[in-house]
Order: sequence, then structure tokens, then C-alpha cells
Amino acid sequence: MKRPPRVFVCRCEDVTKSEVEHALALGLQRIEEIKRYTGLGTGPCQGRECMAPLVQILLEAGQLKPERAQPFTPRPPLEPVSFGTLASTPDPADPGHPGERDG
Amino acid sequence: MASRPPPGSATVKLPDKVDIAIVGGGIMGLSTAYHLARHSKLKVVVIERSYLVSGASGRNGGGLRMQWGDPGNVALMMESIDLCRTLAQELGINLWFRQGGYLFLARSPVGEARLQRNAALHRQVGAPTRLLSAREARDIVPELDTSDVLAATYNPDDGVVFPWPFVWGYAARAQQLGVPVRTHTEVERLLPKGDGFELVLSDGHRLVAPRVVNATGAWSNLLNRQLGFTTPNEPHRHEILSSEPLKPFLDPLVVDLSSGLYFSQSTRGELVTGVSLPPASGYDDTSLSLHSSLRFLGHVSRCLCKVLPVARHMKILRQWAGPYDLTPDGDAIVGPSPGHPGLIQLCGFTGHGFMMAPAVGRMLAKWLADQTPHPMLERWDPSRFARGLSQRYEDMSIG
Repeated sequence: MKRPPRVFVCRCEDVTKSEVEHALALGLQRIEEIKRYTGLGTGPCQGRECMAPLVQILLEAGQLKPERAQPFTPRPPLEPVSFGTLASTPDPADPGHPGERDG
Repeated sequence: MASRPPPGSATVKLPDKVDIAIVGGGIMGLSTAYHLARHSKLKVVVIERSYLVSGASGRNGGGLRMQWGDPGNVALMMESIDLCRTLAQELGINLWFRQGGYLFLARSPVGEARLQRNAALHRQVGAPTRLLSAREARDIVPELDTSDVLAATYNPDDGVVFPWPFVWGYAARAQQLGVPVRTHTEVERLLPKGDGFELVLSDGHRLVAPRVVNATGAWSNLLNRQLGFTTPNEPHRHEILSSEPLKPFLDPLVVDLSSGLYFSQSTRGELVTGVSLPPASGYDDTSLSLHSSLRFLGHVSRCLCKVLPVARHMKILRQWAGPYDLTPDGDAIVGPSPGHPGLIQLCGFTGHGFMMAPAVGRMLAKWLADQTPHPMLERWDPSRFARGLSQRYEDMSIG
């Protein structure tokens, strides 16, 4: 029996187009919940690659209006940074290092 | 891919009248709904204002431990972990449950005494916790720097899960058993009506229920205020992060008692780690903001590199925040509300609700169905604060 080719939407976490379509068929509609149901966008690229194809699928399915499309909440750091690098930063709350309030 | 049952959606049909309306589609509300559906004939719905896993249930570290300082909590968590052993089959979903143990490290005489007390207490209650030397701790995790560690405890039955499928699994099974799980729907008004309540929902639907469960965790006082009272729990923002996926190298979840740092390796391979930020002027935050901070990244990295020097070279992938739901005495708030016995509180779990939810959902469902008592329900009575019975039992809250 010939199977249709598998199309990957998220290559970091191996999420296929049919898995996304399955999530839609279950009634999930929003980008944030599809991310958390399929694991899409949680790998090393943090959604940079899979966001556009996901939005495309949602638009084609009529689940999303183009003007309402929004990316996932971006998670710092912008790109992977080592614990060692961050361990060398001063504590902004330490009186010796009056850094700026972050966030 | 095997077809899974739907976990709830914005379009699920709601009845006009139910026996119990559960507000909040987090792990607590969903576990309760699941057990009510399994063990009672009561008509139940779950109303979630956002998507499932949007709150603390989707933002925690996924740790489950028996290692507590209070016998009630130890016994409760033995029950919860026992339920987790068969839960994946029951729910038909991979929970990524892995019993790699919890390893606690003490660097001060106070911490050492606490671990010694725990080991003796756990033996009495029946939890397999062992008191270890620093060297024995290093046998379990060779990468640890234990140079100033005085003592450690290890319980091989403690473990970690991936929180997201846990929530989806409860929701899907509850729905399959007849509980509508309605997402993206807010309870705009909660009005006393007759012996119960009327809930006015954001889609205009009106729902009547003699009993309402407030399972909204750190958000619970938003609902309580609609009836003109509050409970003394407060949100507290906690941050956490995960690293790039790594080859499996770390079996237990490790807790450094001196800093409050915890870290574990998930089944997905990521190092998941968090720590409370030391109090500092200008940094008090009891709002429900869920922003990420650079201060956390620096602090957690310093704490982690001290105890796990090899982490220096590991890379952080993403950080996020979630609210702890803190109570004045560290105990949960569960049961009839003062002045509103039909509103059942299910909140105040002080950062440890996720791990307790399997046992608590079952316990509360039994109480809701036929008033089956439980010693923890007596202790968690919401009216204890007004009656002057509030007492701190637990000194092992971390993170």
C-alpha cells in the first residue's frame, strides 16, 4: 500500500503536517495551544522555521484570519547562550552592581 | 498516528444546568473532573478562560517527589506517584513519566539536620528515602561538585513528567467520559442563585450549578472577589528554563537546599532548572505578570555552575515564568468557602499542585460525590485562617 509522503512542519521536534491537521480536527485553533499539543516550535530553532508553515496551514483551514496571525510568545534568550556566559553576569539587584531592572 | 480523543475546545456544547461547574482547566480541575466522571453520576463541566496548559499547569518543572518534611505530604505524594505508575495506560497518552529519583543536597548544618529528620520520617511513613554522604551522592551524579556538601538524601521512586501531555490526557479522558471541557471562555459573572450559582460566560451562555469548584490557582481571588470575599493566597512569579536537548546523563532531579536550585533532565533530553530569586528591593512582584527576567538567567546560571560545573558549556534554549499560588502557612486551601459553602476552593498549592493533583483530584472527587473524608481535607479547610487554626507543617517547599 502506498502511503502519502510525510511532510514535516517542525524539523526540530519531528512534527508532521498530519499531526497539526489532527490537532485542528480535535478543535484546537490557536497557535499557542497547537504548539503545546504537538510540541511544535519547542526545539533548538524555537519556532523560527515552523511558525510560517503552521500559520499557512491555519490560514488554509480557515482557522485564522491573516490580520490576526501572531507569533508565539518569544522566549529569551534570542539565541542559545551558555550557562557559563550568563553565570559571569552581575546581579542587577546586588548593590555593588546597580544594574537596570530587566523584563 | 493513533487518533486521540478531543481534549476540549472553544466550541464544545455546554448544558444549561449541571451538578458541579469546575472553573479552571488546569491539572487540579481536570484531575477532579476525570475522577468525578469515573466514580460518580454527577453532571460536571470544566470552564477554562484560555487554552489548556496556559497557566501554572503548563509552566512548572514536572517534578514529583515523596521527599517532604511533613508526614501528611509524604503520604499524599506516595499516593500520587503510585497513581502515576498506571496513569499513562488509563489516559492513553505518553506522560514521559520517569522515576529517576530526587537527590537533595545540604551544605549547612541546618539543612543536614532537616535531611536527617526527613530520612527517619520517611522510613516511618514507608517512603524509600536514604540518607547519603557527599561521596554517595556523587556516585549517583558523578558531575556534581560536592566539596561543601554535608549530607544528601535520595529517593529512587521520585520522578519527573512532561506536564503538557498530563493535562491534555486528563482533559481528553474526562471529555470521553462525558465532561465537557470548554476552553477560551471566561466566567464573566458568578452570581448566587437559589441554593447555588449562576455563571454568566463570555460567550453569553448562562449556566446554573448548585456547586462551583474554584480551580483557578493563582488567579482564584479574581473569582472569589465576585462574591465579595478573598482567600489569603497570593500569586508569586517563578521562573524556569530549559537547555538544548542533551544525551541522557542525569538520572535524578537534584535540589540544592542552600540555594533552592533544582534541575533535572527531561525525557526529551533538556536540562530543566529553576530557582527562587533572592528578595531584593525593587524586585517584589506579586502581580500575575508572567514576564521573563535577565536577573533570573544570571542567578540560576551562577547557582547551577557551582553545583554542576559541566553546565558551563551547556546552552540555554528558552526561559519562561509561571505563578506559584502561595498561602500564609504553605498548606493548600481546599473545601467550602467561608460564607459560601457551595463554592469549593481548590487552590493555594504553593508551587506543588502539579505533583499533588493525581491524588488530590481523586480525594476531592470522592468528597464531592459522597462526602468521603480525608485528613488532608480537614487540614486544608479554607476557614482555618479565620478560626485561628492555621499552622505551618511543611519546611521543604523549594523552587
